[in-house]
Amino acid sequence: MRRSRLLHVPFWFTYFFLYAPIVVLVMMSFNSGKSAYTYEGFSLKWYGVLAQDKKVMEGLVNTLVVAVGSTVIATVLGTLLAVGLARYTRSKTLDAFALMPAVLPDLVLAIGLLVFYGLVQFTLGLYSVILAHGVFAMAFVAAVVRTRLAGADTSLEEASRDLGAGPVTTFVKVTLPQLAPGIVAGALLAFTLSLDEFVIAFFTIGNLEQTLPIVIYSMIRFGVTPEINALGTILLLVSFTAVIVGQRLTKIGESRAQD
Amino acid sequence: MKPQAAARPVSPVRERRLGAFVFLAPGLVYLVVLMLVPLALVLSNVFFQRGRFGGLVYEFTTENFTRLIDPLYLGVVGDSLKIAAVTTLIALLLGYPTAYLIAQLPPKWKTIALVAIVLPFWTNFIIRVYAWIILLNGQGLINSGLKVFGLDPLELLYTDGAVVTGLLYSYLPLMVLPLYAAIDKLDPQLREASANLGASPLTTFRKVTLPLTVPGVLTGSLFVFVPSFGNFVIPEMLGGGKSIMVGNLIRTEFLKARDWPFGSALATALVVVLVLLLIAQARAARRA
Repeated sequence: MRRSRLLHVPFWFTYFFLYAPIVVLVMMSFNSGKSAYTYEGFSLKWYGVLAQDKKVMEGLVNTLVVAVGSTVIATVLGTLLAVGLARYTRSKTLDAFALMPAVLPDLVLAIGLLVFYGLVQFTLGLYSVILAHGVFAMAFVAAVVRTRLAGADTSLEEASRDLGAGPVTTFVKVTLPQLAPGIVAGALLAFTLSLDEFVIAFFTIGNLEQTLPIVIYSMIRFGVTPEINALGTILLLVSFTAVIVGQRLTKIGESRAQD
Repeated sequence: MKPQAAARPVSPVRERRLGAFVFLAPGLVYLVVLMLVPLALVLSNVFFQRGRFGGLVYEFTTENFTRLIDPLYLGVVGDSLKIAAVTTLIALLLGYPTAYLIAQLPPKWKTIALVAIVLPFWTNFIIRVYAWIILLNGQGLINSGLKVFGLDPLELLYTDGAVVTGLLYSYLPLMVLPLYAAIDKLDPQLREASANLGASPLTTFRKVTLPLTVPGVLTGSLFVFVPSFGNFVIPEMLGGGKSIMVGNLIRTEFLKARDWPFGSALATALVVVLVLLLIAQARAARRA
């Protein structure tokens, strides 16, 4: 028994380590003083400052545009790729290739794309970031949809074909609905990853525009204020909600699949 | 009216070929153009000279390689390896007991404990690093706490320790998850049998639990080591100018010094190290 008690120390330390910075970050966002270090009293004023901050709002809009754009690309191409890999080939090399963007260091992909865009003279901006985010987001969508395909029942598709439905009808009416929870989970994953992504966006966006993570990064370089804490708190809230909704969605999908 | 497909049946072979094309081609073409070609460009850049104002001059040179083995740069690669290795080791020491205890929890608590591990991982990366600036700063919470006890403030921010802390904070969940998956799969009867045969808990761990969870240890270590080794944001934000890692060098060569060929050489070195690690991991996993 003593031994397992001893294990509790690193266990609780892990959770303390993971959440203490978040608690401090949120607490300091309600600071009435100017400092992000010393708490002077409760106030919501930094949320007001944040709402007035043009750069932050622009960054937010840009981030959403990039996330929506890359999620659409990643969801369509990733789903097709997953079905193709599961049904039309047994090549392990193609499998590994489709997963490669997920394991490739972001920095290497970022500089590669910077060189590539320079070579083909593609103007850097939101479009170049959308295309860049599409690369790794697609790999994640394909991976998620594939796990769902592995559990899918092919007899339904065969029955659809036997009853005279064409390949397109079968895909749209039988395969897609079966995959829907996986596709939604994959799209959600792609969206969250893009919202957060810093390194690739930093290299491929050029000088004229900024996504939110880049805005935060440059704010921090100019100095630490509770405004950043307020922004961080809102972002925490958004991603926590997304994770919990995602968790629920996959659960609903699983219980439906079991029925 | 019958649909056209039914009126003129397509042979199964042709339909399979068409299907393979429709499903596989768009994604694969996308990956070739926007991943494989850029990677190939980085690798081929290594052999060219830098342009005077950035960009490339297409004249063959091996200068970038000779610069790479300059002790100055090799030292940076060595430092990066060291920082990533220390981070991975601490992640393992914290992550293993955590994953072990999560696996013993009742199912309902298991889910909650796991979600609580991943939750911080899904929040904004820059914000997570920023949180540590607030904690570690000279006037930050930790130093304020020390002052209350009449202790002298410590220099915490802009040290290697701060960089390791930030990396650990960012990638610890990636260690816990594969470890949990490996430990949770273990048959508890194996441990009971070992105990019944007279082995002490420590011996059981050493001879039964640990060997069976080696694949999890390897995967988790790789998941922490890879993003730590190539990182440039954390060493920059928490390490200040003092702690330079390969990632920082690559970033400087590309965005400030505008020496793309040498930046590419550094990136190639990064990829080579990671590929060697992947091969070593696959070998070790096969042996386990």
